[in-house]
Amino acid sequence: MIDDDHDDARERLEIDLLLEAIQRRYGYDFRGYALASLRRRLWHRVFAEGLRTLSGLQEQILHEPACMDRLLRDLSINVTEMFRDPSFYRALRESVFPLLRTHPFIRVWNAGCSTGEESLSLAIALREAQLLERTRIYATDINDDALQRARSGAFPLERMQRYTENYLRAGGGEAFSTYYAVEGATARFDPALVSSIVHAQHDLVTDGSFNEFHLIVCRNVMIYFGSALQEEVLQLFADSMTRFGILALGRKESIRRSRHAAEYEPLDEAEKIYRRRV
Amino acid sequence: MAVELVAIGASWGGLQAIEQVLEALPPDFGAAVVVAQHRQADGGNSRLEKLLDARCTLTVCEAEDKQALGPGTVLVAPADYHLYVERGSVSLSVDAPLNFSRPSIDVLFGSAADAFGAGAAGVVLTGANADGADGLARIAARGGTAIVQDPVTAERREMPEAALAATPQACVMALADIGPLLCELAAGREQARS
Repeated sequence: MIDDDHDDARERLEIDLLLEAIQRRYGYDFRGYALASLRRRLWHRVFAEGLRTLSGLQEQILHEPACMDRLLRDLSINVTEMFRDPSFYRALRESVFPLLRTHPFIRVWNAGCSTGEESLSLAIALREAQLLERTRIYATDINDDALQRARSGAFPLERMQRYTENYLRAGGGEAFSTYYAVEGATARFDPALVSSIVHAQHDLVTDGSFNEFHLIVCRNVMIYFGSALQEEVLQLFADSMTRFGILALGRKESIRRSRHAAEYEPLDEAEKIYRRRV
Repeated sequence: MAVELVAIGASWGGLQAIEQVLEALPPDFGAAVVVAQHRQADGGNSRLEKLLDARCTLTVCEAEDKQALGPGTVLVAPADYHLYVERGSVSLSVDAPLNFSRPSIDVLFGSAADAFGAGAAGVVLTGANADGADGLARIAARGGTAIVQDPVTAERREMPEAALAATPQACVMALADIGPLLCELAAGREQARS
């Protein structure tokens, strides 16, 4: 994607206008996203639509809502897997679940759940700790299509080998295949697991707090946000937590650089699991 | 214009090659350095950074999202993440692998070209694929400096050769000469050329 007559100032203008158009027409606000990864995703959509410029993409998006759906998918669906980072789930079991166990009813928010692999992994880990019966997992995402897929609890069967390896490395205590039924090329997960999860559309940028949670899991979602927007979302999380609530981020994210840093103490620094001091 | 950012990409055989380039950089090296090395996810052991850090005078660490970017520190793309540079900091993404690679050298170099223009230098080292070729061409197209390890001296020559095919005007040099050139570029004594 090398454009011969590149002009930084013009590109920046086109990006700003495009994001403004999206915000005013569709309500999604990507203006606070991290520029470098956003730029790459926008250009990817320009070329995938057979267009030449960001201005061309703006026209297409304003006149064809289906194009907005496609861009939204580019901007929101994160490639993930069940039990990604197995050591994170071991840390949950060792450091977090004993704290959750002290509560009669547990609310977990999986923010930016995408197509549901992470929420389902959380549900399985909670069930194996005998906590799922008193837990409600709220899984939210900006993208309704992703939520539909998450609600189905169905994934391509070919991925199960990889997920099984992750599950075992995460210290899973069962045969992983007991959690799903094979239907042709699809692995359909236990409906009881899926029904422990409430899926809802929620935009971390524009929507507010909707409950108080004992545990908020938001992994590899805020990496797409600029620093200022990250601060706003961390404020949203602070407003959405119980006393001594727990926040789990992706393994290469840190709260250290945030002005919210002092409000948390690390439960497991390597796994980026933090607990509110109050 | 002095080079402000050095982006290094390597794959097969990359550890030793990167080490040899970084060893030549002094503690007061004037540009920020970022590295994308293809590797397997290692469960967060950060072995690569520890090996490099032990042998270089610059501090080498695995990049965290929004970590500050500046002279004196070498930030390495974590396994299973793409690394992007912006002015003053880095960002990560878990977008799909590009040409089977995450981190992708093309992603890193593309962001270097976008954010630093003529202030970027891209260095393609040994590897058995074509990652980095597009990114290096983009750095060169924006007026930055393109440097390629001499394929004859590379453990695997495919990646340097692909980079040269995409950017024929790149500086081709032996590993031992790359570090000293980077020092000159960062000090503004050598004009960016490509």
